Amino acid sequence: MNKKVFQLLVENSSGVLSRISGLFSRRGYNIESITAGVTADERYTRITIVASGDDEILDQIEKQVAKLVDVRNIKVLTPHDSVYRELCLIKVEVSEQNRESLIAIANIFRAGIIDVAAESMIIELTGNPSKIEAFLGLLTGYTILELARTGLTGLSRGSEDVVWLDD
Amino acid sequence: MTGADAMVKCLEAEGVEYVFGYPGVAICPFYNAILNTKIQTILIRTEQNAAHSASGMARLNGRPGVCAVTSGPGATNLITGIATAFADSIPLVCITGQVNSELIGSDVFQEADITGAVESFVKYSYLVKDAKEIPRIFKEAFYIANSGRKGPVLIDVPIDVQQAKIKDFTYPEEVKLRTYKPTVKGNALQIKKIVHELEGAKRPLICAGGGVRLSNAKEQLRRLVEEFRIPVVSTMMGIGVMATEHPLYYGMVGNNGFPWANRAMKEADLIMMVGARVADRAVNQPERVMKDTVLIHIDVDPAEIGKNAGATIPIVGDAAHILEDLLEYEMDGEYEDWIAALDCYRSEMPLVREPVEGYVDPAEFIRQLSLKMQDNAIYVADVGQNQIWSCKYHVVRNGRFLTTGGMGTMGYSIPAAVGAKLARPKRQVVAVCGDGSFQMSMMELATMRQYDVPVKIVVLKNNYLGMVRQYQHFSYDDRYSVVDLSGSPDLEHIAEAYGMKFMRIRDMEGLSDKLDEFLKNDEAYLCECIIDPMDLV
Repeated sequence: MNKKVFQLLVENSSGVLSRISGLFSRRGYNIESITAGVTADERYTRITIVASGDDEILDQIEKQVAKLVDVRNIKVLTPHDSVYRELCLIKVEVSEQNRESLIAIANIFRAGIIDVAAESMIIELTGNPSKIEAFLGLLTGYTILELARTGLTGLSRGSEDVVWLDD
Repeated sequence: MTGADAMVKCLEAEGVEYVFGYPGVAICPFYNAILNTKIQTILIRTEQNAAHSASGMARLNGRPGVCAVTSGPGATNLITGIATAFADSIPLVCITGQVNSELIGSDVFQEADITGAVESFVKYSYLVKDAKEIPRIFKEAFYIANSGRKGPVLIDVPIDVQQAKIKDFTYPEEVKLRTYKPTVKGNALQIKKIVHELEGAKRPLICAGGGVRLSNAKEQLRRLVEEFRIPVVSTMMGIGVMATEHPLYYGMVGNNGFPWANRAMKEADLIMMVGARVADRAVNQPERVMKDTVLIHIDVDPAEIGKNAGATIPIVGDAAHILEDLLEYEMDGEYEDWIAALDCYRSEMPLVREPVEGYVDPAEFIRQLSLKMQDNAIYVADVGQNQIWSCKYHVVRNGRFLTTGGMGTMGYSIPAAVGAKLARPKRQVVAVCGDGSFQMSMMELATMRQYDVPVKIVVLKNNYLGMVRQYQHFSYDDRYSVVDLSGSPDLEHIAEAYGMKFMRIRDMEGLSDKLDEFLKNDEAYLCECIIDPMDLV
């Protein structure tokens, strides 16, 4: 099983997301994560999908998605030519004894503390998935109460493959 | 002017002559507005068949067929017809009424989320929220349905949108779709590569699919075959692209195809698929067939290329354009030895059929029927054993062969024949079905009678769901389960009830005269042939 990050530029209209996710479910493709948000041009939404499968399936995903009437453009974000980011919020149980050490770990990862309560703390961490995995790995001694991840989003490096939207 | 007026004006602007459908409250504004136009409405007897009739018409006209039904059950009944058209890439514009927009999502009477339900069977769908959008949406729908890889498009129009007043109506001259731009012209470099490969090939074979017909590339294909002397086979959907008796045409491939055609596929060193999907029924185990073979895949849908078999030369575009470009080249290829070998296979691999005396032999019946049919007649095959016999033994000359290959929807032939006959009233239209498929659509005899659509219908009667019975014979040791059709009506009475002429043929005696009588006049005729219930395809 391989993974690929697809970036889609789609019409910003109702039903688009269900058309795309529907395509994945009915053809049995695996979605690992999907994020969506409007672009600088409000007519379009940019969607980042992380999908897994063998090469043939990943090739089919690219073609089948490209075929959808609402999809303007699809490109593969390769690790070498792209930047990926993911936001992760982690609510951790803390006590007087371990609060300081948790803050120290968070500082090393440049994570922010965005909520502090008597018995818990919320940490905000942005980074590529491996950074997030590494951080979570260090929390094994703590009790994670809740965890929320946005899923991957990304852009290709440079300006060569930008789709100009002036039409 | 109302939204409904705008809808029918759009249809007029698209040159639509017929709308097949079934009204209900939610589509009544539309059916009220259509009375002010010259568009003819056909009340089909069940919604599924509205889509099939529109499909039959679309396949003759080369333009989207149109059907219009009401919300809820009307819309959901349409789905099988839409899915059938989708699988065969037939362009349709399907209009559904919807409940009042403010009530959508509240499960009121006859509400169904039809755009959601058909999502996987349509090229695109619209839920119209503003009557002002109607002209743009209809323009886009017709364009999307009939361009690129063709297919059905659904437009769901809430009743209040149909009733809404709009000030003026302008039908757009052009579509402006930022995100939809199908490739038409083939890449010139790839075309050059094809020529190069063809010149190097010793045993090239063209496999023609339904896409040849859909792109109107029949003439180009024939010229390619004749000018470069390349043998050709077809998929089920490609039947009729080549005349059956063309010396370089070797018939249908696949599970139910001719053995020599399949042998040709196995032995070819170059296969050029034209508008064919390399689908499971046509090419079983593609990786084995394509091993050591140069595969050229011409398809308008890039997603079909490489889906089932990796192509050596993929080429995306409209088949007519690409074949036209190929014909510009001079090619030195010499395939006469290969052709001689194929001719030899064809004569040495006879089809073994041992028809039982005292019944009509469907194979011979279909052969004789098609030879007596008019030169440009339209033959519509249903689904089941009858379909396979039709595919194998029907002789196409300048006519058409219509069937549903992708979805294999029983009951397709009669409604599709109705659509075809309305599209081409001067041509002879014959639907051939089994007694199972006939009973799935026999309500349409009323439609034929009401609108005077003189389709000729052949029912190959064996009192079984023959294809399933055959499968149970081979795979379940003759444990027949739920395939017995006894209880079927006396077709003579059915014909009488619908005011049709009737003929029952029990055996092969005097068949020629009976067929002459059956085909003589342009009138609706029901012909029942009693065939051996244990016959196999």
